[in-house]
Amino acid sequence: MFWKYGLFCSILTGSIWGLFWQIIFTMIGLLTIGEKLYVNVVPFLIVGSLISVIYVFLQNKISIKFHLLSIIFMVLLIYSFTFGDPFLQKKTNSISTFLLVVFNSFFTWISIYLSLKQINIGKLSRYNLEKFYLRLLWGLGLIILILITLLPFYIMIMTSLKNQQSLILNPLDLSLNFTSDLNVLFSSYIELFTNFNFHIFLFNSFLVSIVTVFVTLFFSIPGAYALSRLRFPAKEWFSGSVILIYLIPSIVLVIPLYAVFSQLGLRNSLFGLLIVYPATTIPVALYMLRGYFNSLSKEIDDAAIMDGLSRFQIIIKIAMPLSKPAIVSVALYVFMIAWNEFLFAFMFLDDTDLFTLSRGIISLNSSEIPQQHLMAGAVIATLPVMVIFLYLEKFLISGLSSGGVKG
Amino acid sequence: MKKNIQYKSSELLRKEKKLALLLILPTICLVLSIVLIPLIANFWISFKPISLGDLRPPSLIIKENIRGKLSKSGEIAQIHYRYRNSSTKYDLNEVIFTDFIPKGIDIIDIKQDTLCSVESNKLICNLGKLKAKSSGKIILEISRNDSWVNIDDNPKKHKPIASFTTTNILTSFDFTLENYKKIFSANEFWQVLKITIYYTVFGTAGALLLGLFAAQILQKSFKGRPIIRGLLLFPYVSPVIAVAFAWVILFDPFSGVVNSMLIQMEVIEKPINFFGQKFVSFYFFGFELKFPLALSMVIIFEIWRYFPLSFLFILAKMQSIPEDIYEAAEIDGATPLQQFYFLSLPFLIGIIATLFLLRFIWTFNKFDDIFLLTGGNAGTRTLTVNVYEQAFAISNLGAGAAVAVIIFIILLIFSIFFIKYSKKETI
Repeated sequence: MFWKYGLFCSILTGSIWGLFWQIIFTMIGLLTIGEKLYVNVVPFLIVGSLISVIYVFLQNKISIKFHLLSIIFMVLLIYSFTFGDPFLQKKTNSISTFLLVVFNSFFTWISIYLSLKQINIGKLSRYNLEKFYLRLLWGLGLIILILITLLPFYIMIMTSLKNQQSLILNPLDLSLNFTSDLNVLFSSYIELFTNFNFHIFLFNSFLVSIVTVFVTLFFSIPGAYALSRLRFPAKEWFSGSVILIYLIPSIVLVIPLYAVFSQLGLRNSLFGLLIVYPATTIPVALYMLRGYFNSLSKEIDDAAIMDGLSRFQIIIKIAMPLSKPAIVSVALYVFMIAWNEFLFAFMFLDDTDLFTLSRGIISLNSSEIPQQHLMAGAVIATLPVMVIFLYLEKFLISGLSSGGVKG
Repeated sequence: MKKNIQYKSSELLRKEKKLALLLILPTICLVLSIVLIPLIANFWISFKPISLGDLRPPSLIIKENIRGKLSKSGEIAQIHYRYRNSSTKYDLNEVIFTDFIPKGIDIIDIKQDTLCSVESNKLICNLGKLKAKSSGKIILEISRNDSWVNIDDNPKKHKPIASFTTTNILTSFDFTLENYKKIFSANEFWQVLKITIYYTVFGTAGALLLGLFAAQILQKSFKGRPIIRGLLLFPYVSPVIAVAFAWVILFDPFSGVVNSMLIQMEVIEKPINFFGQKFVSFYFFGFELKFPLALSMVIIFEIWRYFPLSFLFILAKMQSIPEDIYEAAEIDGATPLQQFYFLSLPFLIGIIATLFLLRFIWTFNKFDDIFLLTGGNAGTRTLTVNVYEQAFAISNLGAGAAVAVIIFIILLIFSIFFIKYSKKETI
């Protein structure tokens, strides 16, 4: 079969990468230089396959010089195959399109080089063939995954830094004018903090989240210790029902809580939220901490009892210091749940003074308020979580994978 | 001696039991009161004819007015009390209101002296039962006497105080099946159920498959892998409100990047309203195919937001598979696909099944995402959005609770499945 031959593999690789990077760089060009560009399929397919065939034939002579030469050769090929107009702009080319072509050639060449390593033109064995196709898929998959994951965040940040006029003029132009004043660049943020009470929302969000963390830990550390160490009737039943509580959706709880809290006067208050949030996070925390306590050796506890420590002292002096990583990851996780919570904040809070960030951003979602304000609000809400996440990623990942999977 | 030890150990056990209860009781109380009691309350409300407005308790509104002047001693004026039952539905019972009469004022006459009496500078009016919406008026004729002190004795300074009893709709024994009848008879309900199932099945399966794919990609070690692993978790850890609005703006028909880009690249002619259009039609060999656009977009968002979770768990599981079996397979000449199919997959099947069940339940429960993206319009109304729609948009709390009960019952069935299967693999 023809698709088992290295020659076909190399042509396929070249055309796929040529097309792929062409589309990507057209998009990047559209979003960054603010000029009209078009995807130009055929020339890039041809150049990609030509270059990859050349690579397969000459791969034994590979060196830095060879890499450089091929990239330059590829730039020349692209310009000659497209008659000097790689992105069909129908006008004289600018330095920015030239840079796009250079980057395009560079990435295409590197991709071809990485996917065609040790491929010869002849018939390939099943092992090598699969290895080749999977490697191609791996590269494409990795880049696409990263792009689709980050695109919404990129749009979010860029939109928040634009002004109304330029957004309406050309929605694609997300290039930033760094020469302008910082006050202009961050005008949406300044607006939110001066006219839309975002400093209050930010404070409320921090307050609610941090109190939730402490309340949750206060209840769940002793609870988890009891579930892990002590013998009492119906213990298994308790452990089992913890995960079931996890599965109850908040939309089922919201109507009765709304009704009862309305009548008790707790509804439009942060205190009301501070009752509901810990109740939803405690089961998660219990489950995670119990798992960690189970992994600690019981002998330490026994020794401590022999030394005359009470169980409370054991929790404070032994179990808590030993399980510090778990407690940190639970605290972070609970903070994130409380910070990101939307439904109860949305249903409960009416007064602007009490809004958390989630609730505050909802109030920005109207046709009278420009988009970039909404996106600036989104960035403000996302930033603290991201900082915490990136800073303490290891803790969080171990926490997430030890049972904190609240959807 | 032996008996002594036995006694001591049983004593110890008793103590331990006590301590355990002490440690865990606060948690149980809190969770009971915020999770389990509301769950039961939800059943209760679903059988009640209750609307959002009924939550405001009925009250007696009293307005006090003075007609005439009291500038000199001996002058005569009137105090008018107008009262009204604020509720349009519920009666007030045993209504009594009292007002303080200052020393500087003498009461000459009470127009409704059957209702009111004066007891040591206090006016007490017993209005009895006050029907819904009804109102009335009490007129006092007063005169100013010599002990008047200007600042203290203005009769308006003291507000009338009312007391009454009323039926609280939440606690009364007034039941109806109307809510369920209404829910099941609406054509829309079966449509909503269908959409919920589509959303749940495709959302779950999609997120799981993408997660599996991502885990395969990130399993190979390369430079920058930890950073990329962190990046891929972004959609999951960031606030739903931020990412949902970012998507809405990304796909906006007028100023969205995706639409402008597709038009620029001449893929489409007119902008597409991705989150607002129920169907797009295709013609395929003369057949018209309707593709549910908004629903698919919502499903894609769900996949995008939750694939990191499956990815994380599957990756963790894959890294716990011993390396040497792959090395052995390599020596035996097994191809990469064979290695995946015969080695990795059997290891992963347990975690995949558990993740599927968990994610299935959570996707089924999902409310925020759809609510923020489409508001449940354009054919994306799932059961959870329907709860909100019934209870808060149409203001029929009872009907909303009835939908919530249906959700709960379906969930209960899922959970039984979950418990049955999750014993094999614990997360």
